[in-house]
Amino acid sequence: MFKKTIDWLDERFNIQPLFEFMSHKEVPVHKHSLWYYMGGVAMILFVVQAMTGMLLLLYYQPGVDSAYESIRFITTKVSFGWLFRSVHSWSANLMVFFVFVHMFSAFFTRTYAKPRELTWVTGAVLFLLAMVFGFSGYLLPWNELAFFATKVGTDIAGAVPIIGEPIKVLLRGGDSVTGATLSRFYAFHIALLPAIFTVMLFLHLLFVQRQGMHEPEFFKELPTEKKRMMPFFPNFILRDVLLWGVILNILLYLAVFFPWELGVKADAFAPAPEGIRPEWYFMFMFQSLKLLPAHFLIMEGEVFGILFFGIGGLVWFSVPFWDVYIKESIRPKVLKWFGIIVIIFILIMTAWGYLV
Amino acid sequence: MGLNRRTFLNTILGGGFLGWLGSFFYPVLTFLVPPKIPEANVQSVNAGAIADIPPNSSKILKFGRIPVLLIRTKTGKFSAVAATCTHLDCTVQYRKDRQDIWCACHNGTYNLAGRNISGPPPKPLNQYVINIVDKEVLISKPKQVG
Amino acid sequence: MKRLIMSIFCIHLAIIFMAATALGQEKSRFDKNDQCVICHKDLEAMPENFEESDIHMQKGLSCAGCHGGDSTSDDEEVAKRKGSGFIGVPKGKAIIEMCGKCHSDIAFMRQYQPRIATDQVQQYAKSFHGQKLAKGDTKVATCASCHMAHSIFPAIDPRSTIYSLNIPETCHKCHSDEEYMKEYNIPTNQYDKYVKSVHGIALLEKQDTGAPACNDCHGNHGAMPPGISSIGHICGTCHVNNQAYFSKSKMAIEFEEADLHACEECHGNHEIQKTHDDMVGTGETSTCVECHDEGESAYETAEKIHTELIGLVTAFNSANVLLKKIERVGMDDLDMSYAVKDAKQRLLSARTLVHTFDADRVKVKTDEGLEFAKKALAFGKEELDELDFRRFGFGIATFFMTIVLVALYFKIKDMERDE
Repeated sequence: MFKKTIDWLDERFNIQPLFEFMSHKEVPVHKHSLWYYMGGVAMILFVVQAMTGMLLLLYYQPGVDSAYESIRFITTKVSFGWLFRSVHSWSANLMVFFVFVHMFSAFFTRTYAKPRELTWVTGAVLFLLAMVFGFSGYLLPWNELAFFATKVGTDIAGAVPIIGEPIKVLLRGGDSVTGATLSRFYAFHIALLPAIFTVMLFLHLLFVQRQGMHEPEFFKELPTEKKRMMPFFPNFILRDVLLWGVILNILLYLAVFFPWELGVKADAFAPAPEGIRPEWYFMFMFQSLKLLPAHFLIMEGEVFGILFFGIGGLVWFSVPFWDVYIKESIRPKVLKWFGIIVIIFILIMTAWGYLV
Repeated sequence: MGLNRRTFLNTILGGGFLGWLGSFFYPVLTFLVPPKIPEANVQSVNAGAIADIPPNSSKILKFGRIPVLLIRTKTGKFSAVAATCTHLDCTVQYRKDRQDIWCACHNGTYNLAGRNISGPPPKPLNQYVINIVDKEVLISKPKQVG
Repeated sequence: MKRLIMSIFCIHLAIIFMAATALGQEKSRFDKNDQCVICHKDLEAMPENFEESDIHMQKGLSCAGCHGGDSTSDDEEVAKRKGSGFIGVPKGKAIIEMCGKCHSDIAFMRQYQPRIATDQVQQYAKSFHGQKLAKGDTKVATCASCHMAHSIFPAIDPRSTIYSLNIPETCHKCHSDEEYMKEYNIPTNQYDKYVKSVHGIALLEKQDTGAPACNDCHGNHGAMPPGISSIGHICGTCHVNNQAYFSKSKMAIEFEEADLHACEECHGNHEIQKTHDDMVGTGETSTCVECHDEGESAYETAEKIHTELIGLVTAFNSANVLLKKIERVGMDDLDMSYAVKDAKQRLLSARTLVHTFDADRVKVKTDEGLEFAKKALAFGKEELDELDFRRFGFGIATFFMTIVLVALYFKIKDMERDE
């Protein structure tokens, strides 16, 4: 039966080469193999996001008067609504976390180098989209913390020289955070971002499949007979599935034992509550901006901070294009330390943000 | 032995996969079934057939999260107002003897249109819109003023 | 031809429009030939506080209407000559008579305002102010003291000195002036106390015009401090239930016999504060213990009432805390919030019932309230149990999932060993 279906399809679409490709694809086995799985985890979490997101859409009603109420409705009245809502929130955070891990592992193993520059670039776009996903989704329940975090977040965007103000107005759909902002974020979150993200993800995966798994330097230098390989299908896929199972279990655990709270409904005219903080993945930037003095060098502290992160991000994401200019003998060392400094900076700033 | 072990594993995996499918589809399918109150922002509530509400009587309905007092006057007309007193949030009631709306807590009174007419209430009660459709009384949200 | 008609039509339209606008605008109040105004303006000798939009000015009653004289003459000698009726600036009784001339005559007044009261002069005669004036004291307030002389507005006009928000300030002008009030031997701190009171805060800070100003208790034209017997009635105009309960209580009779001041005894007068549950009972802030000593049955009643109230307050508060938690974690709070509301309502009623001084009646209400608070807590607990149940259900699911994952692990191992 199964074979018949395959034959039927093959006759029409010539899918045999696909199977050929799959059966020949191999994944290197070495001490850093673990990192090969991180992208897959991030991907399955995106799938979870897409599915739970679509379910939540059935009941969610954007709007100042209905957003908060409809989420309360989902978590209290709809069967298993609490589960999907909680999973959606947790999965979003885990996804961003694994995207971070995936990105840094790619950086340190230097998989981005020729010929995989574009894989890195699409990955960078996916990373940024994931952050924007998080930022826009955070506002949708229209609770107090989200409201003020969005206010602060868009204010920061507004501090960018020249283009900042129009960007802020564009994001907010007006001068301040209102129902118009909610509508916009909703549109970004459920239509614009998913569309771009899916295309980018497709390209990213296509590149990976086309070029095969990256082999680290030390592995490349091994003689062929000493290179341990594992078939992509079914061995690697099954391991992937095993790990996904574990991750999904953890996700469920978090969703059930630490249900995402609903919070207090946002009131635009209430004084800002204590301890407004962005989602954890924005914390290092938020904290750095907070630490900067009002004036720094020749410009405002905030502007300096934004320029710093803007240029920093650009440098980080364009690494495949400039690392070739570093002398080959010291290249691995320089890049390693560059990466370590970035990680330490992020960790310290994040910890600082939470401890103070 | 090896074969037994394999069958055993396969059975567990197969069963587990089926169980997993079930535990995936069951929540999803029940999620799709609309709950009794179909939406978060209630727009209107059916108060029942006219015949079931005798003249000069009243009842309290839950309009989403808001209690609403539905009154049928002696002459048979309907009126619906928010049942929460504007003074200190007590629940108001219809006084059959005086044919007005009365709050027991501090003796505030409102007329049947919800206007505060004596006692401490500082503001009128929100008036809900009444529609009679097919001999049933439908109460819908008050029109926003201003 | 057509065009000519058209343009004539347009011109007409424009003229009509301009005329209409001119009519619609507030005309200058002054009659162009009112020589009083012309001269006094020139000499910059207009009275202090003069307002062009003063109600009398608006209705066409200009200077001569009150002060007499001939407003058609531009010669002061002629305008204020004998026989012109010029009276200068009236003082004391003359003011009352002057205003009363029109304001006590309904036949005249109803042209302007059909429902207007015309008993002000009569009332005034019976007020403290009026009685003193009759005895020749010219320091007391007359019409112009409160209403002003040249900037009179109706009481509903926020510019008016007798607009409800402005009344405390108006009375305070004289009544807080220690020097001025010296000879009358009455306190001068009423205003300072009032602004701190629950009524003062409601009126002056929250701008709640429903809150009482001076005149709501003391009267306006017939102003007097309320007598002992009337205090209850006065507070009772707004605090209906409290007054009804109190007047039927044992306490009311005893108060009357002892010449005690009803509401005022416990709540004070100008400085009435927001009530709290410890005002009743036997604690330090209780007003009961001011008269009742330990051992009396009233002392026990006070204690009982206090215990009942505090019991309900405690239960209500814990229900409320749980409700907030339920809301925050996103569990179903609807039934619970209704029960909490019911409990609150019983609490409010019980607090009002304190004025019966009947512990049993209070207990009936607080028991009802406790019942609702209990119900609310039960609803809340149900929701929390539901939260736990989810965890339990998940525990089972995890167990099976773990088995499957372990099986998968061995499957992979097996598969790779076979290769």
